[in-house]
Amino acid sequence: MSDTHSESVGFVRKTFIEPAPPPAREAGAVKWLRENLFSGVVNSALTILSIIFIVWIAVSVYPWFANAAYGTSSLAECREVLEGVNAACFSVLQERGNQMLFGIAYPSEQYWRPLLAFVLLFVCAVPVLFSQYVPRQTLIGTALYPFFAYWLIWGGTLWLSIAILGLLIAAYFVPKVIAGLPDGARSGLGLVVGGATGLLLAYWLAVGGLNLWGLASGFAEGGGTGGMIGAVLFYAMAAFVAVTFIPMGIFTAYAVWQSAERGLLLSTVTTIAFLFVALNFVAGPLAGVLNGIVPIELEAVASRDLGGFMLNMILGTVCVSLSIPLGILLALGRQSSLPFIKGVCVVFIEFIRGVPLITLLFVANVVLAYFFPPESNIDLVLRVIIMITMFAAAYIAEVIRGGLAALPRGQYEAADSLGLDYGQATRLIILPQALKISIPGIVNVAVGLFKDTTLVSVISMFDLVGAIRGPILGSADWAGIYWEAFGFAALLFFVVCYGISQYSQWLERELATDHR
Amino acid sequence: MSTISEERLDSGHGGAPSGFKLGMLLNDTRYRSYTFQFIALVLLILSISYLVSNLIANLEEAGLNISWAFLAEPAGYDINQRPIEYDSQSTHARASIVGAINTLIVAFLACVTATILGVVAGVLRLSNNWIVARLMSVYVEAFRNVPVLIWILIIFLAMSNAFPQPRAFRGEAPDAEMWLGLFAFTNRGVYAPSFINGAGSTIFWIVCVLSIVGVFAYRRYAKKLLYDTGRLLPMGWPSLAILIVPPVLAFFLLGSPVSLETPELRGFNFQGGVHLRLSLIALWFALAIYTGAFIAENVRAGIMAISKGQTEAAGALGLRPGRIMNLVILPQALRVIIPPLISQYLNITKNSSLAIAVGYMDITGTLGGITLNQTGRAIEAILLLMLFYLLVSLAISAIMNVYNNSVKLKER
Repeated sequence: MSDTHSESVGFVRKTFIEPAPPPAREAGAVKWLRENLFSGVVNSALTILSIIFIVWIAVSVYPWFANAAYGTSSLAECREVLEGVNAACFSVLQERGNQMLFGIAYPSEQYWRPLLAFVLLFVCAVPVLFSQYVPRQTLIGTALYPFFAYWLIWGGTLWLSIAILGLLIAAYFVPKVIAGLPDGARSGLGLVVGGATGLLLAYWLAVGGLNLWGLASGFAEGGGTGGMIGAVLFYAMAAFVAVTFIPMGIFTAYAVWQSAERGLLLSTVTTIAFLFVALNFVAGPLAGVLNGIVPIELEAVASRDLGGFMLNMILGTVCVSLSIPLGILLALGRQSSLPFIKGVCVVFIEFIRGVPLITLLFVANVVLAYFFPPESNIDLVLRVIIMITMFAAAYIAEVIRGGLAALPRGQYEAADSLGLDYGQATRLIILPQALKISIPGIVNVAVGLFKDTTLVSVISMFDLVGAIRGPILGSADWAGIYWEAFGFAALLFFVVCYGISQYSQWLERELATDHR
Repeated sequence: MSTISEERLDSGHGGAPSGFKLGMLLNDTRYRSYTFQFIALVLLILSISYLVSNLIANLEEAGLNISWAFLAEPAGYDINQRPIEYDSQSTHARASIVGAINTLIVAFLACVTATILGVVAGVLRLSNNWIVARLMSVYVEAFRNVPVLIWILIIFLAMSNAFPQPRAFRGEAPDAEMWLGLFAFTNRGVYAPSFINGAGSTIFWIVCVLSIVGVFAYRRYAKKLLYDTGRLLPMGWPSLAILIVPPVLAFFLLGSPVSLETPELRGFNFQGGVHLRLSLIALWFALAIYTGAFIAENVRAGIMAISKGQTEAAGALGLRPGRIMNLVILPQALRVIIPPLISQYLNITKNSSLAIAVGYMDITGTLGGITLNQTGRAIEAILLLMLFYLLVSLAISAIMNVYNNSVKLKER
């Protein structure tokens, strides 16, 4: 090669070439279009199909919105106003919008109460949702919110909420008071509380054993294979109780008494007893007395009068917030090394996850009442809350189990080597990390659960969907107005669910401490 | 967690234990776990006996008992979709079985449709085509964030209002016409042609099944050959040929054993053919579209979990984008996709219980609906209902886990 150069004149450029703009097809919008929309035959076909589809949707939907009728009092009037044009009749939202939001029976002059509770929900959720940016003290407001919101929505006297709150706070101080007692007094208290607990437990077990015995004989009389299995099972349980009820009582009494010097068991038992007595016998009368002195009352609204989107919101928020702690406990139980506790948790979780929510709602509707004492009258909303909470807890437990399993073993060992006990290690090291990993999953469950609250319409509760299907589509005025009504419902759910999922993605980015 | 609680003596109680003392049940971690479990067992039995005693007392008060005799009594109600013999004189047990089969039918249809929809939408959402990717995002977000019950009701009501009545098909100049002369979309459902089996039809159907099996066998063979030797057999036209040629040959050789029965308007309604009820179609479509959006997200996550280097390496080997997806990306992504796919199938099966909202007679509508209301046997009916769903759930996860094991990464 070198000899060719020796005969030619070397060419050295003396000036720069002026930078030229790229070719038109390699720049700007044209390039973007070529790369993103028309990069091949298939791609171009897809693009054209999509554009046709979008245009078709727009052309068919826009007039429906644009020509919509407002301010009429029935669908028939709407049709008259529209004169044969196929367009929306948004009058139904003007006329029945309140029923969709608050249900058909909630007194209309009280709408400000759920509205206020709704607004406060956001205010009080801020310290939890944006805890990095808000001072911790504001959490007090969040803690007070459930009591206030309960009063706002169900009405009655505010003093009931205050009394329950006060008693809960008092219960918090019970262990501290016991720890502060002099040794002799604490030992005496241990003897009294332990004796009482032992006697009570022995009595309950004896009664329970008799019940089991009765049930077993019932099964035995019924006969058949199922009856025999049931009889054997319940006879075994009855026999177990018969053998253990006296030793159990004595052992419990002894355990509570013995623990007096450290105080953990004693204070737990005492606190539970305190709460039981306080909430059952003190809260109501106390609230009555206080209300007699300074009446702070709102018109009481029965649970069955709640409805509409409000009911979906109540069920969603209450059940999610209750199911998270329950789910954590179940997940820890499932990861536990104690085989019996693990077994119970596994059976519970797998059972709940294997059946549809509807069957659980049927249970809430027709079966659950059979399992409460005959004289108790637990209203439907509470029964539904119990079942949905159990349902959500099983799913959240699985999500958190994933988080627990994802933690490196070193974290557990590090906690051990620091000398932390199980409770401290779980609370300070394991759970914070596991929960962080589980956030997307928990949010998914929460969104799914919120959507599933519409299923209560199947057991004829008038939530948003129930109100539309029942009173609105069922009325003579508005029969056949499904697009407008269900479109509104879909929009409401979309806004809330999409908002929650966007928040969770933001939170995930916020908590991402790795790869920084 | 076991590391925390195991084998640590409580130092507060001094020294190695010489003998067993009662206090060690509480203070010695070796025995404390047994104590805790024993207490938990006692509490469980206590709560069971409490619930059971309440149950007995309540049932006695209401004059009820637990009995399964109602299952053998005549049901006395009609079911509009009967996959097996059933009339109103059949027993409640038979009604429940009809309902169970109806549940399985709609769940199966929805699972297949949702998988196809989900895979297509998931792949397209990652497409380079900006408009298509956006459209798929809109689809996924819109369906994921609105309750499935609302979708079922919207689709059901929209179809029953948009489709014409059967009588619109009547007359010289009807308002509505049958699609291709075969399908009639009415507000009572879709009427589709059905097969009439003549002589020799069994052989024809066997040939059909065999040719479907043949397609799978051929594709499997071609894939094995490709992996073993690198020889690429054509996939498209041979599978099509295997699928079409033998049945067509058999059809003519056997002298047209199978003919179509098209639905015809007689009297007030269509007669003949297959009647797909609106409730079935609405439930099927709604479940498929709704769950398809979730499956699309699983598919997308699965594909994104495969490192970009795989795509680039396959591209460097000269594979076309379609081949890259089929031969390199999807087989690897399947491992990530299958476990959530199993739970989506479970969700479809469980969500099919929403049939009760549109009056499709699945097991929730028969056993959990009319049977329960007629006999008042709430506890028994709901127990059976739960048992059915539990069994189906367990069966689905068992089957899918077997499949999952077959596609998972083979390691030493």
